[in-house]
Amino acid sequence: MSAPEQPQLPPQAAGGGVIHDIGYRHYDGPRLGTRYVQRSLFVDGLRGAYGLGRSMRSKIMPLLLLAAMCLPAIVLVVVTTVVGGDDLPLGYTEYLFNVQTVVAIFLAAQAPVLVSRDLRYRVVPLYFARPLQRPQYVQAKLAAMTTALFVLMALPLVIMFAGALLAKIPFSEQAPDLALGLLAALLYAVVLAGVGLLIAAFTPRRGLGVAAVIAVLLVLSGAQVAVWAIADELGNTTLAGLSGLISPSTLVDGVLSSVLGASSTVVEPPGTLGAVVFVAAAVLLVVGCYLALLARYRRVPTS
Amino acid sequence: MTLISTRALTKRFGAVTAVDDLTVDVAPGVVGLVGANGAGKSTLLKMLLGLVPATSGSARLLDLDIATEGTAIRERVGYMPEHDCLPPDVTATEFIVHMARMSGLPTTAARERSADTLRHVGLYEERYRPMGGYSTGMRQRVKLAQALVHDPDLVMLDEPTNGLDPAGRDDMLGLIRRIGAEFGISVLVTSHLLGELERVCDSVVVVDGGRLLRHSSTVAMTTETTALLVEVDGDVTPLAALLEQRGVPSRSHGRQLEVQLDDDALLDLIRDAVAGLDLGLVRMERRRHRMSELFATGGGSHVGT
Repeated sequence: MSAPEQPQLPPQAAGGGVIHDIGYRHYDGPRLGTRYVQRSLFVDGLRGAYGLGRSMRSKIMPLLLLAAMCLPAIVLVVVTTVVGGDDLPLGYTEYLFNVQTVVAIFLAAQAPVLVSRDLRYRVVPLYFARPLQRPQYVQAKLAAMTTALFVLMALPLVIMFAGALLAKIPFSEQAPDLALGLLAALLYAVVLAGVGLLIAAFTPRRGLGVAAVIAVLLVLSGAQVAVWAIADELGNTTLAGLSGLISPSTLVDGVLSSVLGASSTVVEPPGTLGAVVFVAAAVLLVVGCYLALLARYRRVPTS
Repeated sequence: MTLISTRALTKRFGAVTAVDDLTVDVAPGVVGLVGANGAGKSTLLKMLLGLVPATSGSARLLDLDIATEGTAIRERVGYMPEHDCLPPDVTATEFIVHMARMSGLPTTAARERSADTLRHVGLYEERYRPMGGYSTGMRQRVKLAQALVHDPDLVMLDEPTNGLDPAGRDDMLGLIRRIGAEFGISVLVTSHLLGELERVCDSVVVVDGGRLLRHSSTVAMTTETTALLVEVDGDVTPLAALLEQRGVPSRSHGRQLEVQLDDDALLDLIRDAVAGLDLGLVRMERRRHRMSELFATGGGSHVGT
């Protein structure tokens, strides 16, 4: 058996100072539980979704998209203040529906950052060799993506609200609309985060993940428009209303208009039954995505 | 206290038996787990971490049951996988701080321990650069650091010397020795190279085809069979004859003479004998890798040394 080697001395620091090797020190401070670990993973994911703590290059895309989300809101605000009027030209929920393309691009670009990266570079086994368990990992990532999307959609709404107040539109008129808008943003975020992360979790290569998410959202949205157009041509209002079930964004729009009374842009679910169907579909989609993600991560190899 | 204790531990993947009826008790210290590729080493590590459930049998690690106390085990154990596991777009510091938090360390403690641990594994200025540009040796150091940063009671290192050049291999083995001796952390290290584990381990567990071949302490194994190899730049026959006269039996292998070294005084005797015969002494060294003989006696033969 060889004698223990001498500890390597670190190189001399600039300015002639010497770093003294004080040997190995044990850690006897607190070890916080899995709740803390999960929260840390959530914060890391949320920061990662906006490229914070990452290279300059990874900040460009999310911040550009955030700007793209807010720019129309700023224009609206400017127009309202200059022209004057007793209401914003575009409602909060309508605004959200009209910028769904930007939201879809953000989701496509950043969902792979949250999940594909860990899978591609095989960091996942390091997490699972720690106290954190698989469902908790999935929950943290879902929460991070949802929050990132919510921030993306809530910021322009807050800008619009501030602008409305500047244009002397009464607070009491705007506040309920803003609350509804924020609720809508949360709903969009929950539904889209699940869909985006699930697709990204099956495509470990980042470029592939981006393409897959955007392709799925575009194809579904295209299919929805096609079905709606055909139904409209045939004069079938029930089918036209139900076409909203096809695409995640119209699904949320349908729930908002039928349950919360927001003004719908595209689809009007037919009657009370339609509302029930839309809500059920939305719940099923969110729960289904979560369960599918759990199943996906049960099969992720531990090495 | 025993570090690891398994009882008839078995893991089957369909028709393949990765770990077969393994019963072994291992004392704390630096423990080598040796076997050929596919001998069941990695599967055993993952079972001990509580990541893969056992098909049958039981095991305790740090006196915790792997079947029911997996979370408690993973809090006190560090794991360095065999494969690459470093995202290229963050620096080593950022990555290790994050991994420390993932082990439950508060942020300030995580930062402090990360700086300490990276220094201990020998990563200095490089730690502020993205890991994508690291050499294999540096990557192995970062992987080791993430397993050590939360000051575990045991680190499991899966093939830590894989892909390293001889100098990097020596550095890594030196680090493993330090972790055991200086840091006071038990180490379970796997390798398919017996020779290198012999240098750093207190005991070695040899598995083959998922079965336990042998478990013994390296001290016992290497001192019992110490042999000295003498190499000269000429014919060894007169030297052998001369040694025979002095009552020292020897066996010759070409230009080398193997002598049983029972007494260090023998070293002087051989030196004088070689000088007296006007031969050049190329080298004298203790024969290494005696542990490879346990494969001959155990039946497994395809493990390199």
